[in-house]
Amino acid sequence: MALLKNPLSTTRPTRLNTSSRARLKTLLIWLAVMVGAIIMFFPIYWMIATTIMPKEDAYSRELMLIPQRIVFDNYVNGWTNSPWLRWYGNTLLIVTVSVSGLTFFSLLSGFAFAKYEFPGRNILFLLILSTLMVPLQVLLIPRFLLIAKLEWVNTYWSVIGPHMADPFGLFFVRQFMLDMPDELLEAARLDGASELDIFRRIVLPLSKPAIAVLVILGFSARWNAFAWPLVALTNKDMYTVQLGINFMKGYNYSDFPAIIAMVVVSIIPIAIVFLLFQKYFVQGITRTGIK
Amino acid sequence: MSHLQAGKSKRRPASLKEWWLVNQRRIIPYLFIAPTMAIFTLFVFIPVVYAAYMSFFEWNGISKPSFIGINNYKQLIQDSIFWRSLQNTLVYSAGVVPISMSLGLLAAMGLNHKQVPGRAFLRTIYFLPFVISAVATGTTAGWLFGDSFGIINKLLVSVGLEKVRWLSSRENAMMTVIITTVWIRLGFNMLIYLSGLQSIPIELIESSRLDGASPRQQFFHITLPLLKPTTFLLIVLNIIYSFEAFDLVYVMTNGGPGYATTVLTVFIYKTAFQTQKFGYASAIGLVFMIIIMSITLVQWRLSNEGGRN
Repeated sequence: MALLKNPLSTTRPTRLNTSSRARLKTLLIWLAVMVGAIIMFFPIYWMIATTIMPKEDAYSRELMLIPQRIVFDNYVNGWTNSPWLRWYGNTLLIVTVSVSGLTFFSLLSGFAFAKYEFPGRNILFLLILSTLMVPLQVLLIPRFLLIAKLEWVNTYWSVIGPHMADPFGLFFVRQFMLDMPDELLEAARLDGASELDIFRRIVLPLSKPAIAVLVILGFSARWNAFAWPLVALTNKDMYTVQLGINFMKGYNYSDFPAIIAMVVVSIIPIAIVFLLFQKYFVQGITRTGIK
Repeated sequence: MSHLQAGKSKRRPASLKEWWLVNQRRIIPYLFIAPTMAIFTLFVFIPVVYAAYMSFFEWNGISKPSFIGINNYKQLIQDSIFWRSLQNTLVYSAGVVPISMSLGLLAAMGLNHKQVPGRAFLRTIYFLPFVISAVATGTTAGWLFGDSFGIINKLLVSVGLEKVRWLSSRENAMMTVIITTVWIRLGFNMLIYLSGLQSIPIELIESSRLDGASPRQQFFHITLPLLKPTTFLLIVLNIIYSFEAFDLVYVMTNGGPGYATTVLTVFIYKTAFQTQKFGYASAIGLVFMIIIMSITLVQWRLSNEGGRN
């Protein structure tokens, strides 16, 4: 990212003390930002530290900021306490299918809303955007009744279905497609390409950056989803990872280090995705203003 | 259309194709939006309408629903827990929005300085909490803010301060939830402010410096006014976020102790799925939705009057 140049840095060396003052100022800013970063990172550090020290150290009354002995018992205890493998499998399946659907459907509809004139276009788009103001809590009961009627309770589809559309995803794709040159599409039409060909051969290849943003933000939102799965999945075998943590916390309050160990494991996939694709995260968030 | 009628037997396939070639641009967009529209209809539009309908019934989800008119809404007005939850939501919002935004702005200003070493790395650190799930954060916060074994109290004691009952006291629990939420949201606000700062032309600040403006004057008379659209956007987003926050509060405190942190979302969830009052919960949900819509529309109006969009 091209960041702004700091105007204060271009100090003219006319007066020496200006330059040394600027340097002092930079130092102070750096110190403040560092202190902030240490405070921000400390909970994550402590989360990890807790899980690699023996349980009795974590529960000692003394302050022990650095683990004295490193053990992995908490991970073993946490993992064997609950059917985690199953829960990770469930989550992976739900996330993969819903993110694929979300990406494909958002591209199709985003393209239509950006590049076609059709009756009802604006009203439908506004209607979808207005769902941003609908709190999930209003939808929980009717959705629950709906999936009960469809006999979807405790199935993967109950979570996948509602997660396959997202106003942010659509909004983002539409914004992205608006920047696509119309001439390109027109030229293809003159060459006799069908609308479907245009979507497949021209729009999709040009949409790779948008696809990356959709997949990554969609993955993180669905991996972290909690409220709706909590309602739709009541059978322990069908739990997702987030429901598993909540379950373990509720029934295992005494063994915090083991619970936190499982929290750390649950964060690893999302942290890896974030660190690898930070660029797309930042782009998606700054362009839509929302995750 | 005339093609279709003209060639009934032999020419039909050809003319269908022809008809499609002529009309596909009119039909294709509807096909393209169909899956998304279907999902929204099934899982958002119909449920909202159904919630409104259900709010006039008394129903536990098992027996037959009975129509009770506007009694759920009457009950709502007299329900002290509803008012308590609304108050909690407002307090939570009033804490989270200004604190996370001003700290986010400070971080953005600091990290916008080109000489600050390791800026990209520091930005990642500030943003990391935002990608962690609220369930993970809420669970971990319960451990960090624990009365006797929590690291925060251990640190306080080690510097000679008193322990604080962060989550177990009714007076402090809301503050603790707000602190945790600020930790989550700070990086997000920082990121949006950073992109706002980067769109400010350097020349403006440079020329004001040459005019002898102090850093403080620069901040209040140039940077802050130019960031107004960003600030406005962030206020809208953060208010919606803090009004709709559920996961963190549910996992961290479950609305307790007592009703100390029962925000509206938690109250609706519990009314629906713990006390099985589907009709009443729908009525609360609807009022909640109307509150959110009013706030959003008022802000939207204000931002339009401010000369934007």
